[in-house]
Amino acid sequence: MLEIQDLHVKFHSRDHEAVGGVSLRIDDGEILGLVGESGSGKSVTAMSIAGLLPRKQCALRGAILLDGQDLLLADRSILRRMQGNRIGVVFQEPMSSMNPLLRVGVQVGEALRIHQPELRPEARRALVLQAMADVELPNPEECYRKYPHELSGGQQQRAMIAAAIVSRPSLLLLDEPTTALDVTIQAQILELLKKLNAEMGMSMLFISHNLNVVRKLCARVAVMQKGLLVETGSTDDVFHRPQHPYTQRLIASIPTRHGREVS
Amino acid sequence: MNERKEPHPTDLVLEVQHVNGGYRKGGLLGRGGYKQILFDVDFQVRHGQIVGLVGESGSGKSTLAKLILGLLSPESGKIVHHTPRPQIIFQDPYSSLNPAYDVEWILEEPLRVYGKYDRAERKQRVRDILARVELDERFLSCRPDELSGGQRQRVSIAAALIRRPRFLIADEPVSALDVTVQAQVLRLMRTLREELDLSYLFISHDLNVVYQICDRVLVLKGGVIVEQGDVETVFRNPQHAYTKRLLAAAE
Repeated sequence: MLEIQDLHVKFHSRDHEAVGGVSLRIDDGEILGLVGESGSGKSVTAMSIAGLLPRKQCALRGAILLDGQDLLLADRSILRRMQGNRIGVVFQEPMSSMNPLLRVGVQVGEALRIHQPELRPEARRALVLQAMADVELPNPEECYRKYPHELSGGQQQRAMIAAAIVSRPSLLLLDEPTTALDVTIQAQILELLKKLNAEMGMSMLFISHNLNVVRKLCARVAVMQKGLLVETGSTDDVFHRPQHPYTQRLIASIPTRHGREVS
Repeated sequence: MNERKEPHPTDLVLEVQHVNGGYRKGGLLGRGGYKQILFDVDFQVRHGQIVGLVGESGSGKSTLAKLILGLLSPESGKIVHHTPRPQIIFQDPYSSLNPAYDVEWILEEPLRVYGKYDRAERKQRVRDILARVELDERFLSCRPDELSGGQRQRVSIAAALIRRPRFLIADEPVSALDVTVQAQVLRLMRTLREELDLSYLFISHDLNVVYQICDRVLVLKGGVIVEQGDVETVFRNPQHAYTKRLLAAAE
């Protein structure tokens, strides 16, 4: 459904390309994990798909095909419609992605208000409540009226996911969505993502530096280092038979509960 | 009470005895009320041990660190240090190192403040400790923002060690680091324990990291230590339902 061909991103303020020729594909209904350390270009790749990079400050080359249409060439208005309706984005820090002054329900429905202005308020509200129920927020009616600070960290992240899926996108971009959460909450959010993937057939690009989390969620993994894709393969292959030296080093660094290194 | 004793022949480094603690909420004469965070916390750190403290946000990990360092007084109970000058390493070296000064100044600062060393001695100790944390001398003239995350955390460790403490609290010391750098810093902390005869209280929310580096583990939930014991035992055979849940979530 999504195909990235030889994507290059260079910020005018930097000497090096942030992304130096990445080719990736995400199949229908697939969860692809994108791992790498800080500065490897994972987020920039996701931002280019979502059209969130400031066009004036960077140069993009290559192609990003969403169901055959090139997002990099598309006209601004088409792009905006596509990216609004077809792609949902969830970031790491729910608290900083939400407006503290607006009620949760209003924020969850924002994409609908912008991209489907023809919807009547009652219909929009019904869709918002449905999305909130889909992400298993307890008591959607009540959550709708709450302010972000009245929700727990896990609930805030659920609300952000609700906002991302409210327009039923076919692709969900998740940039470190569980990194700021406690492990037990993290596990719940992963279960939720699995459920959304299975029930709605939503494809996902799951970005994380946490390899354990990626292993639990994704069937396929892509590994980035310094703006380049060094390895792509099934999760099983990449974790058990890493080919590239960098991947091998990365996998070996994961703290595990087997083979304690007692000094 | 936060007592400090001269090193004595016991193998204890730290005793936390039935400590209750929390925060006064301000108001005239502290009448704003009191929020208790920790309830009857009781444990010991023995010589050479790395004791892990795990728990989720809000469980009271950092409050406990403050109590141990004497930044907060317990409401009741007792904290006894058997080693001088306990120190702390924080999670985020970006915010714990003064951005306006270079590494040499940062490392010298504690020695300057605590007087008794002359300039040559200070310089020498800074160079010694830098070698201990495996950083080259050329970093002395760098400011924190010129360093990578891992180098910065090495500088924080050096700053904590410069006055030669024997006991360190490490509050999420590797949580902000990339996994390959994380592994290097953990290795360094283990090496330093051997070379400098240190003991640590290692605070972390990452159970796998705790498993890798710690000898004992304390599980804190809602201000109560619900389980403590040898790492192998607790991880293999957790007793408390919360520990089981935590371990399952991090599998």
